[in-house]
Amino acid sequence: MALVVRRPQLKWWEKIYLPVIAKGLVITMRHFIRTLTGRTKVTMQYPEEKWNDQLPEHYRGAPALVTDEQDRERCVACQLCEFICPPRAITIIPEEIPSEDKWAKVEKRPRAFNIDMIRCIYCGLCEEVCPEQAIFLRKDYAITGESRAEMVHDKARLYEIGGRRVGLVNKWNDLK
Amino acid sequence: MSTTTIHEIEAPDSAAKALLAGQLAADQGHFQPMEDLVGEKMILNMGPSHPATHGVLRVVLEMDGEVISKATPDVGFLHRGDEKIAENMQYNQFVPYTDRLDYLAPLANNVAYALAVEKLMGWELPARGKAIRVLCCEIARISAHLLGLGAFAMDVGAMTVFLYTFTQREYIYNLCEQLTGARFTTSYTRVGGQIRDLPEGFVGALAKFCDQFLPALEEVDKLLTRNKIFLDRCKDVGIISREQAIAWGLSGPNLRGSGVDHDLRKAVPYLDYELYDFEVPVGEHGDSFDRYLVRMEEMRQSVHILRQVIKTLPDGPINVVDAKNRLPGKEKVLMKMEELIHHFILVTEGLDAPAGEVYFAAENPKGELGFYINSRGGGVPYRLKIRSPSFVNLSILPEILPGHLMSDVVAVLGSLDFVMGECDR
Ligand code: SF4
Ligand code: SF4
Repeated sequence: MALVVRRPQLKWWEKIYLPVIAKGLVITMRHFIRTLTGRTKVTMQYPEEKWNDQLPEHYRGAPALVTDEQDRERCVACQLCEFICPPRAITIIPEEIPSEDKWAKVEKRPRAFNIDMIRCIYCGLCEEVCPEQAIFLRKDYAITGESRAEMVHDKARLYEIGGRRVGLVNKWNDLK
Repeated sequence: MSTTTIHEIEAPDSAAKALLAGQLAADQGHFQPMEDLVGEKMILNMGPSHPATHGVLRVVLEMDGEVISKATPDVGFLHRGDEKIAENMQYNQFVPYTDRLDYLAPLANNVAYALAVEKLMGWELPARGKAIRVLCCEIARISAHLLGLGAFAMDVGAMTVFLYTFTQREYIYNLCEQLTGARFTTSYTRVGGQIRDLPEGFVGALAKFCDQFLPALEEVDKLLTRNKIFLDRCKDVGIISREQAIAWGLSGPNLRGSGVDHDLRKAVPYLDYELYDFEVPVGEHGDSFDRYLVRMEEMRQSVHILRQVIKTLPDGPINVVDAKNRLPGKEKVLMKMEELIHHFILVTEGLDAPAGEVYFAAENPKGELGFYINSRGGGVPYRLKIRSPSFVNLSILPEILPGHLMSDVVAVLGSLDFVMGECDR
């Protein structure tokens, strides 16, 4: 059943508009005073104030790589994230881990891992498909740079943002 | 050939005279006084970056003085080829692109798209999943209408309303952020479910939002509905008759503003909308003011729906269970070989969708957002067509704008409430 919206019939005093101005002013003044006395706070003084502590754990900021408790890079260069990334922001060049390396049994690691932050749309698909819990979307949202080159996060930068994550599933080391 | 000198023209011989007389007669037709004494028509470009077109819409107006005699909308400035992009990626990869259709209601787009692909797959979500999607749709509706309303009011000169509706939208963004991890580009759904269940405290926060939202909406109502200036600028402006609205394929509040009682949530209920009690507001006159009233009422109805969902939110799973076509879940992928292999296959090959065609349309804030999918089987659509309500709604501009004053254009555009991201896609 439809609900027919009825338009108002204006009273004569509404037609002369002046009382309506007054009514409008009362509303705006009420807001003004409430804001002035700090009862309602709407504007956040960014960047002095930050929203960071309100961000949920699953906030989708800049993607970054993480290392595990023993500082092994978790990424095994499987390239699933590169495959799934809708705007093709990720480029990975894998390499074999040399046999004398402590983590030789992991076999592969990325030689280069670039995420073009100009292309990235923060969709979170990379994190969703990574089978190694190696890539996470962090809470960093203010990614800036002065050149295009600077906006391409390379492996070093990605580990710098990502840091070390503990408490993840370990399948390659004895901590599991 | 002899050349005609000035002298000859001034003192022509008889033959030349006859020629000249003939020319004069012909010329006379040319120099006939114009019927329209006002003068010639002027072409005026409104947009593509005009504040009132909210995006990159260009309207070429042919002006006769201050009256519009012809209006031609020119769209396509924001064309990104989304439909083509969709043909080149898997179904789930396209979800982020749906955020950017009607970017004022990304959640509703996500849901509509997911439902379309699920229709192809023949999946139906469990009850809780559906309820969550209803929440998403109604939150998106409120948010989109708030912006449409605020921008509309600002265009016709009521700046304050814009600020108040934006404050409310900010609260909605906070909710979206809690729910999806992003304020704007939500990408919340996947084919067959959602990326996560409602976070802790979300329902409470939503209920609190609803409680404070209604008074805020009343305030907007007080500022606008009985405001003589607003009324004068919107009443009887941009009248779309019932027949016109149907003939031009309008949908959403623009259709209902013309008095057509058609809402896909009622007409072809999806997501169990039939379980919830709500009214479909319709207008009587089909003018800009009625469209405004319809949107106001729709927001109230959305809050009503939200409250019912909160009250009856079922427990249980939120996603479709289909071991073959849904990612196995991180815990399993990390520890089990079979699941890991399956995960790889699924990510690289995508869903195993059947061949066939489906069309699914959802009642989005702007109107009927439809996805037509032509599948030849496999993880990538052969063709994906997006029926965007804004595109269709805008097509009526040449019909309704002529005869209006220049200043009415903003009132008409504002009341049609379109989004170019979706129109140009
Ligand atoms: S967040 Fe999305 S766009 Fe960004 S790198 Fe990951 S998959 Fe690519
Ligand atoms: S980040 Fe994850 S998905 Fe991407 S290559 Fe490394 S292990 Fe594979």
